[in-house]
Amino acid sequence: MAKKSSGTTARYNRWGYIFLIPFFLVYVIFSFIPLASTIYNSFFENYYSGLTQIGPKFIGLENYIKLLSSPEIWKYLGNTLIMWIGGFIPQITVALILAYWFSDPSLKLKGQRFFKTVIYMPNLIMASAFSMLFFALFADAGPINQMLISLHILKEPFKFMNSIAASRILIMLMNFLMWFGNTTILLLAGMLGIDGSLYEAAEVDGASASQIFFRITMPILRPIFIYVLITSLIGGLQMYDVPQILTNGKGTPAGSTTTVIMNLNQYLTSKNFGMGGALSVYMFIITGILSLVVFRINSAKKD
Amino acid sequence: METHASSGLPVGTRRAIAYVVLGIFTFLCLIWFYILLINATRSHAEMTRGFTMLPSTHIFENWENLVNGTIPIAKGFVNSLTVSVCSSVLCVYFSAMTAYAINTYRFKGRDAIAAFILAIMMIPGQVTVLGFIQLINNMKLDDTIIPLIIPSIASPVTYFYFRQYMASNLPMSLVEAARIDGSGEFRTFNTIIMPLLKPAISVQVIFSFVGSWNNYFTPALILHTDSKKTLPVLIAQLRGADWLRFDMGQVYIMIAASIFPVILIYLFLSKYIVGGITSGAVKG
Repeated sequence: MAKKSSGTTARYNRWGYIFLIPFFLVYVIFSFIPLASTIYNSFFENYYSGLTQIGPKFIGLENYIKLLSSPEIWKYLGNTLIMWIGGFIPQITVALILAYWFSDPSLKLKGQRFFKTVIYMPNLIMASAFSMLFFALFADAGPINQMLISLHILKEPFKFMNSIAASRILIMLMNFLMWFGNTTILLLAGMLGIDGSLYEAAEVDGASASQIFFRITMPILRPIFIYVLITSLIGGLQMYDVPQILTNGKGTPAGSTTTVIMNLNQYLTSKNFGMGGALSVYMFIITGILSLVVFRINSAKKD
Repeated sequence: METHASSGLPVGTRRAIAYVVLGIFTFLCLIWFYILLINATRSHAEMTRGFTMLPSTHIFENWENLVNGTIPIAKGFVNSLTVSVCSSVLCVYFSAMTAYAINTYRFKGRDAIAAFILAIMMIPGQVTVLGFIQLINNMKLDDTIIPLIIPSIASPVTYFYFRQYMASNLPMSLVEAARIDGSGEFRTFNTIIMPLLKPAISVQVIFSFVGSWNNYFTPALILHTDSKKTLPVLIAQLRGADWLRFDMGQVYIMIAASIFPVILIYLFLSKYIVGGITSGAVKG
């Protein structure tokens, strides 16, 4: 009897493999094979000089060394990190404040649904269209300049796209607008999950508001903070659509807004598969390590 | 959470500050789309004269000029819609199937497979795109929308969401009852399980649709013929066009056409979407 029932279960359990076939078939074909061939490409000299193809010729790790010893990649990594941090710091700060207010029952904020709906909305906007919109709005003859002139704040149009600081700030502003609502809602879920009796006990013990915030709220939110930080960094390293469209792929002015992935895109469109491969592998290693941290947070949750 | 301890300021003042700050961020989120909407209704000539906060009457004229212009916007709209609908349907159906396999069956290597999918979840597609393009070329699928649709079958993030959802909302007794009634495993999944997943499915269809609708990086590398391009690729093309000679009315109406469908969907379904954001992420 026992033998029979375990046999039946085993027969059912074979369906587990069958149901996994589509996922793994597609994953292997469209992710795993491309990954393997990206790594393979990175060991070859293979690019176009004009219309003539140079290579492919096996050169070992030369692409990797060449990439790291060129000043450009460090500049692009710097650009990417500056623009990520410039968006992330206001993002996490504003999100923390808003989530704290939303979760504070003594404030009894009305219209929370409305505010959450509004601040999350930019997250769903097509980044390339949003960037195009900013380009049009902040153009030399665009509405923002027109407004500033008609309000007598400016005498003549400010050329946002010719200023390193202004271009970067616009990119940071777009990243901030697209992500602070998302972060607010994640932090809010964490704050609402905190056991109310903890606060009551602290109040009975005479803790001040700031003590409660830094000693209770923040430590409990730590896993969410790490999650938000790491996923945002992974997203930040992939920054592409916004600066690509805003600067028409040129990273203007003077390469100050070219990101790492814009650089990868340049290698791909110019068919420099060796260097593109090496850059991809570096990005794979970095995001792989960062993913591992997220992975550990996600698995720890299930205990 | 009953009450936070009172800070120095009285509640009324703190509430007022909160409303003012929320008002500022609401303004910051909406003003761009308001200007977009206004400018989409104005003619190029009106716009060169300066900005006003009131709409004009040229919205249909701008749209007609755009549709009859050099950028195949109507075709782009259809392409974007085709890619987004197909990939969100495939993504949701097969992610649910994958999650069901891990959730329901006890087979050898199950834990290892579940851990593997979780581990690859955050790795961006961009790091494999070089090999992906070469593969697409070898498969003769370059300049088609197929490589933008099929890979969505393997979507670890959507899978993860379904798995969380099933863990708390799917009683195994239901599966067993279906077996006793003689329902095959595949039929059970399609006719009993999928309907039970409706709330999760609607959230994930939206996320997957929007993700696909907004996707720019991969389509830009794969689609070369104008009539096959999706909206983000056409927007990039518009950005690359000779800017000074362009009719700004057309520019704004094109941006509006790319953005507002998603905003409309969002306004109708925001309740589910905002609730769905947190479900896939960590909780404290």
